[in-house]
Amino acid sequence: MLVLVLDTATPAVTAALAEVHPSGHAVLAQRATVDGRAHGELLAPQIDALLAEAGVKPRDLAAVIAGVGPGPFTGLRVGLVTAASFTMALDIPAYGVCTLDALGLRTAGRALVATDARRREVYWAVYADGRPLTGPAVDKPADVAPKLAGYAVTAAVGEGAAKYADVFGLPAGAQLYPEPSALVELAASRVCDGAPSEPLTPLYLRRPDAVEPAARKPALSASER
Amino acid sequence: MSSEPLVLGIESSCDETGVGIVRGHTLLADALASSVDEHARFGGVVPEVASRAHLQALVPTLHRALDEAGVTLADIDAIAVTAGPGLAGALLVGVAGAKGLALATEKPIYGVNHLAAHVAVDTLEHGPLPEPAIALLVSGGHSSLLRVDDLARGVTPLGATIDDAAGEAFDKVARLLGMPFPGGPPIDKAARDGDPLAITFPRGLTGPKDLVEHRFDFSFSGLKTAVARWVEARERSGEPVPVNDVAASFQDAVCDVLTRKAIDACRTQGIETLVIGGGVAANSRLKAMAAERAAKYGITVRVPRPKLCTDNGAMVAALGAHLVAAGTAPSKLDFAADSAMPLTLVGV
Ligand SMILES: [Zn+2]
Repeated sequence: MLVLVLDTATPAVTAALAEVHPSGHAVLAQRATVDGRAHGELLAPQIDALLAEAGVKPRDLAAVIAGVGPGPFTGLRVGLVTAASFTMALDIPAYGVCTLDALGLRTAGRALVATDARRREVYWAVYADGRPLTGPAVDKPADVAPKLAGYAVTAAVGEGAAKYADVFGLPAGAQLYPEPSALVELAASRVCDGAPSEPLTPLYLRRPDAVEPAARKPALSASER
Repeated sequence: MSSEPLVLGIESSCDETGVGIVRGHTLLADALASSVDEHARFGGVVPEVASRAHLQALVPTLHRALDEAGVTLADIDAIAVTAGPGLAGALLVGVAGAKGLALATEKPIYGVNHLAAHVAVDTLEHGPLPEPAIALLVSGGHSSLLRVDDLARGVTPLGATIDDAAGEAFDKVARLLGMPFPGGPPIDKAARDGDPLAITFPRGLTGPKDLVEHRFDFSFSGLKTAVARWVEARERSGEPVPVNDVAASFQDAVCDVLTRKAIDACRTQGIETLVIGGGVAANSRLKAMAAERAAKYGITVRVPRPKLCTDNGAMVAALGAHLVAAGTAPSKLDFAADSAMPLTLVGV
């Protein structure tokens, strides 16, 4: 079965085509462009190019796998709304994968996965032999660092781990962004089983910035009152 | 395929997720999901709240529109989407969703201008727009006077607000009077029982000097402050605030300036058609005053029904259908959502 794979939860605007079968899976073609500000411009042309390159028509697709974050909201939504409209138009199922899980899948031992959450924070989780040990969270690197010893973390991957390597005191691995093959691996059984389509709910982990208005300011100047 | 294009339009520039379907000038579906209630306690639209709501609402709203129109995506000839202006994050949800649909269905996509779509929507109610026409667009986000020579090619801005949008002034005055957000409907309602001549509020940019430099521009910030000062002075003196009179007098001040300048634009440019769009066009006093003043000069006023005046997907579909019919080339898949899209661009 042919599946479309999307992840826009990091600055890497990622799209891939993969073949998934009960006997195994393989990525046929993939593209990733690192530009944290142009997800909306880059993603659709990348999908178009991938399909053309592989000689695949959209109607040949059997499912869409999408990284549901956590990640900076605006970019994250581009991938999720694209996946949602694709699956709606083609009447095929969508499967979500936590982006941090994809990054952590190929780590060994205890590893920190951290991506850049902007505002000097990271989205992070700890993995044990590739499986999540903690849920994804968003925090300041300095608040994450003291917890790592408790988890006996010895390795770190992701752009956030590289950016704040000195704060974490861990050598950052080479992998900065999620690999399509890892996203496929995490959803392959659902694809093969024909599991029900999932709502692609973004992992925002932060509330929207919004403040309720204060009491109305006086319009008359002090001397007029 | 019928000779008239079947176009699906997506709108997400502010707090309304709209999906409309039209065939030429015929409206087939106009599905809407609004996040307005989620913004009410903040007294204005919160961009991130709106963006989140668009993502949740887009697919269900698409399904509703297709059901309402009794068509499938395969029947659609083209997809149109608001590319700007508007809230950047909100626009992006509609744009990316529309691109996904266009790619999956292998249909052409048109990224269009939200303001031009406010003009085009009138064709669904009154048929093709006579050109040239003057358009007055008034909402919570914009207040503009435009000259429309060819809606498929671009419009010429004549003037715009230099501070608050007209709808924003309605929202702020409503808040001052203890009315809910958005402020347009409650003020319109209260004004019906009030005296528009009770209080003389200022008419922004109508002085002799302003008419030289800002003939077709608007200003509502001073008006809003004047209302606030008047109400506050009343409260301080311990007298009751005549809410209905304040609403009526404020509303008349806004409508007076808007219609005066719109009619002036028609007369000086020798144009006989005035089309009014945007949420404030749903205001009953604005419509009545425009019709009364236009009649004196033989100008025809076109105002679509209120549901088409506020933001919706049908207006985007209407402009898309107009572009398809005019033979305009579709947009490329890499176009960006442009929060400050200029009026001179009808499409991207
Ligand atoms: Zn509008």
